[in-house]
Amino acid sequence: METILLQLLNGLDKGSAYALIALGLTLIFGTLGVVNFAHGAIFMIGAFCAVTLSRLLSLSFETIDPTKVDFLGNPAKIKTPYVEAWFGHDFGGALIDWAVPLAILFSIPIMIAVGFAMERGLIKHFYKRPHADQILVTFGLAIVLQEIIKYFYGANPISTPAPDAFKGSFDFGAMLGFDPNMIIYPYWRLIYFGFAAVVIGAVFSFLQFTTFGMVVRAGMADRETVGLLGINIDRRFTIMFGLAAAVAGVAGVMYAPILSPNYHMGMDFLVLSFVVVVVGGMGSLPGAVAAGFLLGILESFASMNEIKAIIPGIDQIIIYVVAIIILLTRPRGLMGRKGVMED
Amino acid sequence: MFGLNKKDTTFLLIVIALTLFTPILMQPFAEGSGLAQFNGGYPDLMQKVAIFGIFAVGFNILFGLTGYLSFGHAAFLGIGSYAAVWMFKLLTMNVIPAILLAMVVSGIFAAAIGYVSLRRSGIYFSILTLAFAQMCYKMAYSVLTPLTNGETGLQLSLDDPRVLDGASEGHSLPVTNIFGLPMNASYKLEALGHVFTFNVGFYFSAVIAIIAFYVAIRLFRSPFGMMLRAVKSNQQRMTYTGLDPKPYTLAAFVISGMYAGLAGGLLAAMDPLAGADRMLWTASGEVVIMTILGGAGTLMGPVLGAGVIKYLENIFSKINEGVLHQWFSFLPDGLEDLVIWIFARFTGEGWHLTLGVTFMLVVTFLPGGLIEGLKRLNKRIKGGSKKRDKYDDPDPEHRPEPGKHVA
Repeated sequence: METILLQLLNGLDKGSAYALIALGLTLIFGTLGVVNFAHGAIFMIGAFCAVTLSRLLSLSFETIDPTKVDFLGNPAKIKTPYVEAWFGHDFGGALIDWAVPLAILFSIPIMIAVGFAMERGLIKHFYKRPHADQILVTFGLAIVLQEIIKYFYGANPISTPAPDAFKGSFDFGAMLGFDPNMIIYPYWRLIYFGFAAVVIGAVFSFLQFTTFGMVVRAGMADRETVGLLGINIDRRFTIMFGLAAAVAGVAGVMYAPILSPNYHMGMDFLVLSFVVVVVGGMGSLPGAVAAGFLLGILESFASMNEIKAIIPGIDQIIIYVVAIIILLTRPRGLMGRKGVMED
Repeated sequence: MFGLNKKDTTFLLIVIALTLFTPILMQPFAEGSGLAQFNGGYPDLMQKVAIFGIFAVGFNILFGLTGYLSFGHAAFLGIGSYAAVWMFKLLTMNVIPAILLAMVVSGIFAAAIGYVSLRRSGIYFSILTLAFAQMCYKMAYSVLTPLTNGETGLQLSLDDPRVLDGASEGHSLPVTNIFGLPMNASYKLEALGHVFTFNVGFYFSAVIAIIAFYVAIRLFRSPFGMMLRAVKSNQQRMTYTGLDPKPYTLAAFVISGMYAGLAGGLLAAMDPLAGADRMLWTASGEVVIMTILGGAGTLMGPVLGAGVIKYLENIFSKINEGVLHQWFSFLPDGLEDLVIWIFARFTGEGWHLTLGVTFMLVVTFLPGGLIEGLKRLNKRIKGGSKKRDKYDDPDPEHRPEPGKHVA
């Protein structure tokens, strides 16, 4: 029981990341009909937004403190971050500590801008082209974005810690009446899951309960008719692209403390997210979210030692095996509808 | 000749001549001159061009003819490499059995993977092949470690059985050979200030590449090739005429998988080690890039693409800031630094950036690849700036309108 609960929890944070990326992919696919291979790169850029902000906040100047000497006997140089000098030690220190959550605010405008630039600058020209061309051009774009990040931040992972307040772990076992220390779970992962749930809920209610969302849904169902009604559906779809980019971006920001950002993390997640989208059903938003969590949890169950003892190596390939089985038995995916991407 | 019409025969003969004289053609600059770094006539690069040419030609049989975009072809390359290295370890260092086994094993894998993946088409097919390739890659690292030697990669060792070669004496690893002629043997010729290297390994790969190319021409011109084109242009119409596209696409998939296995076997024959990173999906992406860059669906395109990419990869990676300083020293200081900074982003470490940008530009502006570019250029020169008239078919492949996307 304890182990099952633990694996369930372990699967949640990865599942959240898959679900968020897959949600964005599906939004783009459902609105614009474009298969975006550069979506993983957007996730990666989001993670690097967190890195950038934490670097910006800890920019510091040096002062010489004549009262102390370092081990060579020279006067000690003390680094003081600018924010601490400006806002006082306590508030400045807190700002630096909370760099990752703050980066969400910082990243949203950036990601929306990136999304707009991508859609207007490149993807717009590919609506009428075959899907193969869309895959190829966004694949090229992903390489370019990856190399740009690599140039500015280097090839090594950059660790970006979560705020001190969330450093510890939460003891689920004690709370639920099991032995203490049986089921412990880092706070940050818990927060990541909660955050993902909020974002997913926000996207769904935006689509469901606002006029804008209604128009977008109508456009997804029948773009031409909505256009004939005198609504500029293209502009709304562009905004949805920006929104999808922002979702992937904040997913990346919050993932930075879990996995130190490196320039190819986007590609690693992208392959899995595509599998998630296909399993969930191409073009189905609830399907993408459900499949994301499902595959994340399955992956963590497969990495249990008991299961690995029966089928060695299953943890590495479980997602692909599930995807292959689902595609062959239920070609539309779990919640896919008829007529989407069927030749 | 060779069962080809006159035009194709001339074409094939030109390709043969170009291939055989590659060591001379790729060495256009005199040794020691400032441009010597652009020489590509060293064995390692020439072998790679020939081998990846085979890989891309094979990929083109699937993608160019049937339109099925596989994102997992590198798996067959890796499988071929592993099979070949096992042959070197167990049987003999002669390369012939090794590449034969590589083709057979990858063919079997292609049949299995193709049988499953080809039940879907379009983006689903791409993702299924991608999933299979990633599965092979992950399995090579985890479960199949006894077969693949995990992260270290499969290598030769002194105590391998090598049944046919007999007990090898000595303390150095044996080299791959073809009936006693070692693959890494080279003959250097100095003439007119140039140094030409004629390498056994390259000529072996070149001969195989020519054979592979010849088979591809025959295939393109055959009724079977026509069927594959029919699959690409309109599968529905094909089924209406009472033809089942499945066996044709599966055959194309297996053939192109065997080409990939052959290329993998040759890679192992040139340098007998095999690692799982050959199966990574970026490697699959690379062959897609080569084919598209050259021109998918054309005969020469993939070879051209493979050559251009491998050549530029080697040359661009070598250009560092020091070299750039030499080139642009004539510019005023501030401007020189700026120009060098820009160029440095695209050369040396930045090769992948160049690759990505080139690829995007080609897909956007020249979907037919370099071959189409050359054709357009040729037309421009011949026909002046004649405008297209309205009867020029803008959609020669008769692509159906993209379907609706419903959430």
